[in-house]
Amino acid sequence: MAANANNLVYERPAGFTDTPTHYCPGCTHGVAHRLVAEVLEDMGLLDRTIGVAPVGCSVFAYNYFDADFVEAPHGRAPAMATGLKRVLPDRIIFTYQGDGDLASIGMGEIVHAAARGENITVIFINNANYGMTGGQMAPTTLPGMKTTSSPNGRDVETQGYPIRVSEMLATLDGAGYVVRRSLHDPKNIRLAKKAIRLAFETQARGLGFALVELLSTCPTNWNLTPVESLKFVEEKMVSYFPLGDFKVSPSVAQVKV
Amino acid sequence: MKRELWEGNQAIAEAAVRAGLEAYFGYPITPQTEVLEYLSRRMPELGRAFVQAESELGAINMVYGAACAGVRVMSSSSSPGVSLMMEGLSYIAGTEIPAVLVNVMRGGPGLGNIAPSQGDYNQAVHGGGHGDYPRIVLAPASVQEAVDLMMLSFDLAEKYRMITMVIADGCIGQMMEPISLPEMKPVQRKDWEWATNGRMGKRERRILTSIYLDPYQEEKTNLRLLERWKQIQANEVRYKEYFMDDAEYVVIGFGTAGRVSLSAVRAARQHGIKVGLFRPVTVSPFPLHLIEDLAKRLSGILVVEMNSGQMLEDVRLAVKGRVPVEFYGRLGGVVPFPDEVLGEIQRMASGKSPSNFSPRDAWFERMAHPHPTPLPIRGRAG
Amino acid sequence: MPAAKGWIEVNDKYCKGCELCISACPPAVMELDMSHLTPTGYHPAHTFKDGCTGCAICALVCPDAAITVYREITKAVRATA
Repeated sequence: MAANANNLVYERPAGFTDTPTHYCPGCTHGVAHRLVAEVLEDMGLLDRTIGVAPVGCSVFAYNYFDADFVEAPHGRAPAMATGLKRVLPDRIIFTYQGDGDLASIGMGEIVHAAARGENITVIFINNANYGMTGGQMAPTTLPGMKTTSSPNGRDVETQGYPIRVSEMLATLDGAGYVVRRSLHDPKNIRLAKKAIRLAFETQARGLGFALVELLSTCPTNWNLTPVESLKFVEEKMVSYFPLGDFKVSPSVAQVKV
Repeated sequence: MKRELWEGNQAIAEAAVRAGLEAYFGYPITPQTEVLEYLSRRMPELGRAFVQAESELGAINMVYGAACAGVRVMSSSSSPGVSLMMEGLSYIAGTEIPAVLVNVMRGGPGLGNIAPSQGDYNQAVHGGGHGDYPRIVLAPASVQEAVDLMMLSFDLAEKYRMITMVIADGCIGQMMEPISLPEMKPVQRKDWEWATNGRMGKRERRILTSIYLDPYQEEKTNLRLLERWKQIQANEVRYKEYFMDDAEYVVIGFGTAGRVSLSAVRAARQHGIKVGLFRPVTVSPFPLHLIEDLAKRLSGILVVEMNSGQMLEDVRLAVKGRVPVEFYGRLGGVVPFPDEVLGEIQRMASGKSPSNFSPRDAWFERMAHPHPTPLPIRGRAG
Repeated sequence: MPAAKGWIEVNDKYCKGCELCISACPPAVMELDMSHLTPTGYHPAHTFKDGCTGCAICALVCPDAAITVYREITKAVRATA
């Protein structure tokens, strides 16, 4: 059967460079990256986008997107994004951060960027551990979950409770669109892409701060296969981090894509 | 040119505006808060960017972001806040982009106090942030000089893709002096070949990062920074000299300490002592060769600082033991009076100091009986 | 109406043999190709029997954007397009 434009259903997004990613096999960082690249390509925004890469497994995100990119110190991406957006208001500025970067060391920066209503888009990858450094406890690690720094399982008495970032940021008046989605099956991946699209539409239309939290897998540090990891998200994480829309400002609610 | 009375902090802020400052990100901290407050009104007035960040940590990273876009951007803080910015400065240095930072130094360490000091010299000149990187540090001694150096700082930062720090102290920040402000320079947003401001259909994508995972690449980066530093050392040293033509002794001090010493030098001249003042304006690059030359023709050097002897070490490096180097310092926010420095000049000129001693130790012993703290103004006669 | 006929290409440069596509494929026509290694040492995914409908769910779940999906447009579909 001849392959031609009429037959093509899906191909690698133009927003991706040719560089193979360094992520572990089955890690849903790749899925999140792909969705962002697809959305930016669909919206024709790659040319005017500047991404801010975090410290974490996705520290080299700048190798994979065909757009300008800068590298932030750990946790400071929302501040760098603020600096960029304030001087380049007509560009699309987005950060891509993991749970350590955003919810631990960067907690101050993300709360205030949201409170200020900075017109940026934040992609927040929640995989319940610190991946790059070998699987330590994160602010999103579940109670009882074993990590390399909670070897007996997270003990809430001494190690506290996980933080539900989306719910927390949604209390801020400056937040325009704050939602949580998941990447554990095709249906949820499609919903995630719609949310990412809306998050970038929020910025493109000047409607405020947008954040999409994505429940993601970490097969290597969870000691599970990629397929088992998807199950872990579905069976264990979604109950603690419910999927849904936590803040949708009236103007964002009216956006039709 | 019109001369007006301006407070130091506000003059620094307005000078930056006139140099084409496009973005200011800062946080309140005494004694520089007026910079933030002034710009909170002035920047929006001119349609330029202003954010009071959540902390100095946030502020320096906002500066980092805007600097990546290639615009003129600065922050200002004081000692404890500048400590918070050290990570950001190291990243900015490693990314090789221009940025300006003003440190209005106060007494420390720790929370210290809000009085003027020069205790951050080492932090500014010799490091601060982690890693091998040079930085330009300018030290004004008056409000006018602070204005002039602010204009210069952006040019130097851009020319060399480097951080330029302006270290003032609480005196300069807070006092009011008559100054002439320069003309307003129009904002000129340049499309630097390294700036990440969006491909905009005109070019390939760009990345700005301080990551060099391959150590050999990192070494190349460090060497590249050093190459640029060599040019700066050759071309950008600035200093002021007073009464040096026939001097036998010299006082070396920067900023307010240098200014106080100038009064002492004038008084010493009245007493017939042939002493001059050498005041570095760039403490980084440090005028090593010039001081080395001075050491070849003078009989003694007195270093005066508002710290425990930080620039002292750079002076000793330059002097190479040729002549005695003495030291006088006040700490913790105490500002020396001219008569204290005059007493030191007289002691040095009397030839009572041997050449092989530690200037800091000798000073430290004398500090067991420091000059008395001044009485409140009301109770002071004359 | 007969199911559309689809086919895929898996790019060896990107596939890491993570098997997410295999698990997600509705007609279950995918498996790892154990006779072949990618340049980075993985067994890539491939279709091993007929039945691919070009639904592109494999591409949807693929973290490496390694899969290109094609679907034959049938005469019936063309007529109604």
